[in-house]
Amino acid sequence: MCLLIRLVIKKLDRNWQKAMEKSRPLWDNPLQFVFACISYAVGLGNVWRFPYLCQMYGGGGFLIPYLIMLIAEGMPLLYLELAVGQRMRQGSIGAWKIISPYLCGVGVASVVVSFFLSMYYNVINAWAFWYLFHSFQDPLPWATCPLNSNRTGYEEECEKTSSTQYFWYRQTLNISPSLEASGSVQWEQALCLTLAWLVVYLCILRGTASTGKVVYVTASLPYCVLIIYLIRGLTLHGAVNGLIYMFTPKLEQLLNPKTWISAATQIFFSLGLGFGSLIAFASYNEPSNNCQRHAIIVSLINSTTSIFASIVTFSIYGFKATFNYESCINKVILLLLNAFDLEEGSLTADNLNEMKDYLMATYPLEYAQLVPQIKNCSLEAELDTAVQGTGLAFIVYSEAIKNMEVPQLYSVLYFFMLLMLGIGSMLGNTAAILTPLTDSRAIASRFPKEVISGVVCFVNCIIGLIFTMEAGNYWFDIFNDYAATLSLLLIVLVETIAVCYIYGIRRFEKDLYTMIGHKPNWYWKIMWAFVSPLLIISLFIFYLTDYILTGTLQYQAWDATQGQLVTKDYPGYALAVIGLLVAASTMCIPLGALVTFIRKRLKREQISTVA
Amino acid sequence: MLRALLLTLSVVAIAHAELCKPDAQNAFKVRISIKTALGDNAYVWDANEEYLFKAMVAFAMRRYSSKSTTQISNVLLCNVTDRVSFWFVVTDSSKNVTTVPGSEVEAAIRMNRNRINNAFLLSDKTLQFVKITTTLSPPVESSTPVWLIVFGVVLCLIVAGIVFLIISGIRKHKKKNKESTERENLEEKVEVTLENGIPCEALDIKAGHVNGVFAADDERFTSL
Repeated sequence: MCLLIRLVIKKLDRNWQKAMEKSRPLWDNPLQFVFACISYAVGLGNVWRFPYLCQMYGGGGFLIPYLIMLIAEGMPLLYLELAVGQRMRQGSIGAWKIISPYLCGVGVASVVVSFFLSMYYNVINAWAFWYLFHSFQDPLPWATCPLNSNRTGYEEECEKTSSTQYFWYRQTLNISPSLEASGSVQWEQALCLTLAWLVVYLCILRGTASTGKVVYVTASLPYCVLIIYLIRGLTLHGAVNGLIYMFTPKLEQLLNPKTWISAATQIFFSLGLGFGSLIAFASYNEPSNNCQRHAIIVSLINSTTSIFASIVTFSIYGFKATFNYESCINKVILLLLNAFDLEEGSLTADNLNEMKDYLMATYPLEYAQLVPQIKNCSLEAELDTAVQGTGLAFIVYSEAIKNMEVPQLYSVLYFFMLLMLGIGSMLGNTAAILTPLTDSRAIASRFPKEVISGVVCFVNCIIGLIFTMEAGNYWFDIFNDYAATLSLLLIVLVETIAVCYIYGIRRFEKDLYTMIGHKPNWYWKIMWAFVSPLLIISLFIFYLTDYILTGTLQYQAWDATQGQLVTKDYPGYALAVIGLLVAASTMCIPLGALVTFIRKRLKREQISTVA
Repeated sequence: MLRALLLTLSVVAIAHAELCKPDAQNAFKVRISIKTALGDNAYVWDANEEYLFKAMVAFAMRRYSSKSTTQISNVLLCNVTDRVSFWFVVTDSSKNVTTVPGSEVEAAIRMNRNRINNAFLLSDKTLQFVKITTTLSPPVESSTPVWLIVFGVVLCLIVAGIVFLIISGIRKHKKKNKESTERENLEEKVEVTLENGIPCEALDIKAGHVNGVFAADDERFTSL
């Protein structure tokens, strides 16, 4: 009997030792963690959304609400998520389960939102690959329109719009005129999407061991490219026009509530809160890591990068606007020279207006005939064309690049930077999905990490083929606008309230004390307990009322016959998909609480019946 | 004698004026932008340049129809403006006071456009024949699109990387399994100090310090 007991005890010890050796994988050093967070937070939104907001809401004056929201909302919420992840040392599902078993739904909602995001976000990387591969040609394929069939002129659609827009809408997307006309899968885009997913798989294959090395590149390379572009951008002809336009503050915009809401929204989404990626990254930290310092560093770097990227963007804008303005003026000059057979050089940009008046007086009939063709060229009108999103990244920038010297070099650099930014964010997204999966013993014991990652990448790739169809860009816009916005606000609100009021802010303080060595001061506590939740509630109410008030949702469709975007209504099934997207993630929170409640009830009944 | 000469000259002049005028039949307008093309190296358009132009048109007609009958005097220029733009016609000396059909002139110019451009150091855009559309040169296309080549290279590199990582992962896994079975065989013989059924070495590892679930539960009870 004693021998039997001793043998049993020895076997238990051996299993315990094995369990202890299989401890959680860690980052090699804190720098990898900081780089991973920066690589995730600094993404395409810093490059293509912030400059647009700056332009729309008061130029230099927009920095005031932006910085206020950073202090009120960005830093506290980032610190909260990192602290939760580092303390609980689990992915989002496990971490929220520990805080309260009724909150497992929050973790599941985060995973669902991350899943939606990874489905459509990698398509952007596919497009970046497409443009990158096409940059190795002379001349660049989007520099000139292709010829029509008789070779007497250019393609009709390209004539009506510009060559860069034609390359984007026709040769890259091959976009259909509406959402209903789905068309077929574009094999070129499907290939690029597959490559993008293979690259992501390569980076996440070994978990933190591989991700930790990759983030050194994805975090630092975009800055090198941005610096090169800053130098190139500032030395371009006309760049100063763009910078002056951007930085002249229009302080009256501060009275517009939309300015403050946009600033709050931008800070919120730019840091990537609520997806579970930050919790996942922080869970791989040493428990004694100083996450307070890292939270401040990451949020400051993220905002600084936004401002830096907008300086680059506005110098490019200025160059493009000046170039277009001067082309417009030259076209008008040529038209007048040809019509009135005037000597070359008699009309210049400076005397154009006086000469126009003179010609109108001396040859009224002929001038009247020409009037419909003479455009009023205005530099402000060119600068005012505010663009955001894929339009800015792929149309405006490529238009500016084609007019630079050695465009191939700048094109390769730029699209490589876009790739790095996109892949960095994808690493965070996939970490948010994979960490809960590898944490759950049911799945992780049966399949090795490589197989789980492979399956996730494969499933996402197959679903992502929807976005490579002819109507794919319209579905992309649906996902981009609706998959994450409302759900994230709700998730982060529940997170903040859970940590402050359900878990208890005193317990959280004690946990932070054990981890870092000092308690958080009154600024953090006030922000967590009052300011940030209030801000999120007001954002949430604003968006809900905005959606309800606008009535039918509309989208921009490309009309090939006119060569521009037209507004159309979403069909019924698209609205259903939008509703499903929002419901799928938000419903997880109450459902999770309900399921836990029912389970506990059943257990209690079982125990009571047994007893 | 003198009167006859004057009469024929005036008839010729009037005939020329009738043949070459703006929008005449078989007449073409030409627009030249020297300053745009050459900038500081621009030459002045004078009678010598006009002579060269007539010579080039005559040359084009000769090459096209391969009959050596067109003379420089057959090409008539008129209405030269400051722009620089003018009209020209090609007369047919075999038939009296008629012009060569416009289609022939157009075909001749099209065939020799490059030579005419080069004579004046201009291009299709800066030496413009208003009614004659240019055939645009097709872009240089290689047999395999360039992007596929780059795509193929990158794809091979990535797939090679994935395969390498997977295989090295499988090897490590096999090594670990071997090592752990070896260690198990060793442990059978080594005595481990026990305390409450937990070996002392395990307690030294950091990861075993705080178990989140139990710590949280504990606090709930002691806060009375």
